Amino acid sequence: MTSAKPEHTLAVALRGIVKRFPGVTANDRANLEVRRGEIHALLGENGAGKTSLMNVLYGIYHPDEGEIWVKGRRVTIHSPHDAITLGIGMIHQQFRLVQTHTVLENVILGLRERFFFPEQSARPRILALAEKYGLKVDPDARIWQLSAGEQQRVEILKALYRGVEILIMDEPTSMLTPGEALELLHILRRMTAEGLTVIFITHKLEEVMEVSDRVTVMRAGKSIATLETAQTNVRELAQLMVGRDVLFRLEKKAVTPGAPVLKVENLNVVSDKGLPAVVNLSLEVRAGEILGIAGVSGNGQRELVEAIAGLRPVSGGKILFQGEDVTQTPPRMRIERGIGFVPGERWMALIPSMSVAENMILKNYARPPIGRKVFLDAEAVATHADTLIREYAISTPNRQTPIKRLSGGNIQRALLAREMTERPALLLVAQPTSGLDVGATETIWNLLLEERARGAAVLLISDDLKEAMALSDRLAVLFEGQIMGEFTAQTMDLEKIGLMMAGALRQPTAEPTAGEPA
Amino acid sequence: MPDFVAGLLENLLTILVTVVLAIPAAIRAGTPLLYGTLGEVYAERSGILNLGMEGMMIMGAVSGFAAAQTTGSAALGILTAALVGGLFALIHAFASITLRVNQVVSGLALTMLGLGISSLMGKQFVGQPLAARLQPLEIPVLSNLPIVGELFFQFDLMVYLSIVLVPVLWFFLYKTRLGITLRSVGENPAAADALGVDVTFVRYAAVVFGGMMAGIGGSYLSISYAPAWIEGMTAGAGWIVVALTIFAMWDPSRALLGAYLFGGVRVLQFRLQPLGISPNLLNMLPYLLTILVLWLSSDQAAKRRIGAPAALMTAYAREER
Repeated sequence: MTSAKPEHTLAVALRGIVKRFPGVTANDRANLEVRRGEIHALLGENGAGKTSLMNVLYGIYHPDEGEIWVKGRRVTIHSPHDAITLGIGMIHQQFRLVQTHTVLENVILGLRERFFFPEQSARPRILALAEKYGLKVDPDARIWQLSAGEQQRVEILKALYRGVEILIMDEPTSMLTPGEALELLHILRRMTAEGLTVIFITHKLEEVMEVSDRVTVMRAGKSIATLETAQTNVRELAQLMVGRDVLFRLEKKAVTPGAPVLKVENLNVVSDKGLPAVVNLSLEVRAGEILGIAGVSGNGQRELVEAIAGLRPVSGGKILFQGEDVTQTPPRMRIERGIGFVPGERWMALIPSMSVAENMILKNYARPPIGRKVFLDAEAVATHADTLIREYAISTPNRQTPIKRLSGGNIQRALLAREMTERPALLLVAQPTSGLDVGATETIWNLLLEERARGAAVLLISDDLKEAMALSDRLAVLFEGQIMGEFTAQTMDLEKIGLMMAGALRQPTAEPTAGEPA
Repeated sequence: MPDFVAGLLENLLTILVTVVLAIPAAIRAGTPLLYGTLGEVYAERSGILNLGMEGMMIMGAVSGFAAAQTTGSAALGILTAALVGGLFALIHAFASITLRVNQVVSGLALTMLGLGISSLMGKQFVGQPLAARLQPLEIPVLSNLPIVGELFFQFDLMVYLSIVLVPVLWFFLYKTRLGITLRSVGENPAAADALGVDVTFVRYAAVVFGGMMAGIGGSYLSISYAPAWIEGMTAGAGWIVVALTIFAMWDPSRALLGAYLFGGVRVLQFRLQPLGISPNLLNMLPYLLTILVLWLSSDQAAKRRIGAPAALMTAYAREER
C-alpha cells in the first residue's frame, strides 16, 4: 500500500466515535482510517480506548455518537452478527472458544450450515483453509487440550471460515511465546498478501515496529495520530502514547547480595487438575537480589509461588526460609516470619468492596497497634492507612473509598504498600504490572527495586519478558515446571530465553551463576 | 442387626421377584421424571438453572386435569399443561435472562408460586375421577406376548412418547447445528455471541421448552398416573428432577436410565415395606446416588467431559465491563 487517495481504498473508517460508560468516556470522538490490505496497529496504553473502539466496530458496543464506514459505505452495526455479515471478524484477548467443544464445532458455531451433521460439510473447507494459511491444527481436538498458540489459530480459522475481510486482533501476542509470535506474524503476512486487512491492538511498541504498515496512536479515548510505521520510531510512539517523554529511569543501584533467604530444594507441586505443575525444582534467592522467573503463563509459575506462600500443599521437596524448614508451616506463620506475597491475581489479596483502610490492615489487624484483644483501634487503622496513602502516593479520594474504585495502578500500589510496610525478608511478586500503563509500571518497578535495595530477597514471576529482564539480577526460565536455564543480568540472551520458554532449549547443567553456591 | 440381615436373606428371592414385577410400575413412576429431566437438561444446557421445576410440574398437573376434565379430551389436557408449563417458565426466563436476577431465587419463587396457585385452582377438582382417560396403546404382536407383553407393552401413549423423545433430543443436542449452538451458549455465551448467535433467544427458547416438558410431566401424573387431581400431588418430583439432571450429567440418554431408576426407587418404597425395608431409607436413595455421581465427577478431567455447562447460573450481558 503506497499511494493513498480515494475513499474506496479504505477498508474501515471510524469518524468521531463517542462511547460513554457510567462515569467513564471510553472513546471521545475517536477516528480511525484503515486501508485495504494493510496491517494497521492500534497503539495505546491500557484504558486508552483501543478495545472499546474495536468493540464498537464489531457491534459489541453501540456508539453514542459517530459514524462507521466499511468499504466505502456508511453502516450501522447492531451486533457481532451484523459485523460478520460485513466481513469483519474480531479475535478477543481472552479467546472466545467453547472449551469442551472440538475445534470443528467451534468453527461452525453460529453458522447457517446444514442442519444435520454440520461438521461433515465443514471439515474439507476447514482443512483447505488451514492448508492455505499455514494454520496447523487438528479439527477434532478439544479446545482445552490446545496451547494458547493453537487456540489462537482456531480463532483465526473461525474468522476465515466466515469469509472475513477485515480482521481485528486484540493483543494477539500477549499469550504467546516469542516463537509463536513470530509464526503469527508470518500468518498475518500471508493473509494480507491475499488481500485481507488486519487491525491489531497492542501496547507493545516493538511489535508495532515489527509488524505494522501503519499505526494509529490512542490516548485517553482520543486518536492522537496516524503514522506510517516506516517513518516513525519507538521513541516518538512512546511519547505520543503517554503524552510525555518516558525514559524508564530505573534506579537500579549496585547491591551485593547477602545470605540466602529462600532455598527451594527438589520441590514438587501438583496443579488443581492433579497434574505435576512444579517438577524437582530447586532455586535460591539471596537478600538484596531479584530472582526473575520467566516463562509462558501456565508453566507452573502460579503453583510455585503459592507453594512458597503456603497456599498450596507440596508433594515433595523442601522449602527453607532463613535456614529453617517451612515446608509444612501454615501461611499465617509464614507471614509472621516475614514472607510477603503479591499474587498475580490482585483480588486474591484484596477485597474489592472493602475500603482502602480495611484492605491495608488485612495482614496486621491481629497485632498492636491495630488490633487490641477483640477490638480494632479505629484511630490506628486510620493513621496506618493515611501513612501508606501518603508514602506510596496512592491516589484515592480518601481511605474510606472501596478499593475496587481505584485505578489498576493504584490498586497495585496499595497492595505493594501493604506488603512492603511489613518489611518482609522475602517478597513474592507475581505479574506486578500486568494491565498497568507505562507510567504506573515505572513506579511499581522502582518500588520493587527499593525493596531490593533495602535488602529484601525478591522472587519475581512475570509473563512480561521485558519486565523480567529489566528487573532481575538473575533470571530463570520455567517450562513445564522445570527450570530450563538461568542467566545473570550480563548473560541474558533474548533468543536463548525464547527457545527455553518454548521448551526447545535446555542448559546442559544448572549453570553456576554469580549468586549460586559452588 | 443380624436378625435384619437374616430376614433380608430369607426374603432375597421375594425381593428379586418384587423388583422385577415392579418394572412396569417403575417406568410409570419414572415417566413424569423423564419429561421433567429432559426439559431441565435442555434449560441447563443453555446456562439457566430452573429450580421452579416443582412449580411448573404441579401447574401442568392441575391445568392438564382441568382442561381434560372440562373438554373431555386427554390430548387437550396435555396440550394445555405444556402451554401452562411454558408460560410459567417464561416468568423464570424473564427474571433470569432479561433482568439477570439470581437464578436460584427466581426458581424457588416459581416453585412456591406454582404450589400456591395449583392448590387454589384445583380446589374444585379434588376428589373427581377423570372422565377422559388415556387408554393403553395396543402394539401389534408385542402387546400380546406372554409376560414380556404384559410387563413392557401395556403403557399409554405418553410413556412411549417420552421414550421416543430421548433419542430425538439426544440427536438434536449433539448432531445438529442448533444443538451445537445450544451447548455453546451454556458453555461460553460470549463466544457464541461473538459469532452472531442470539444468546438471549436461545436461552429463552431452552427455558420455555424446559417448562413445557415439565408441564407435560406434571399432566402425566394427573391424567394418566393417578388419574385424578390431588393437592401437592407432585410430592417433590420436581426436586428429584433437579437432582436427576445432575445424575444424568446433562445428557438425555442418561436421563432415561436415571428416571426409571429413581421411579423404581419410588415404587419399591411401598413394595419393600412389608419385607422390612424402611421406606425412608429408599426415599433418600435418589439424593444419595446424586451425591455419589457428583463425587465421582468432581475430578477436574471428568468435569471437562461430563461436567455442568461452564456458564450454568451466569447471566450474560454483552456490554458488561
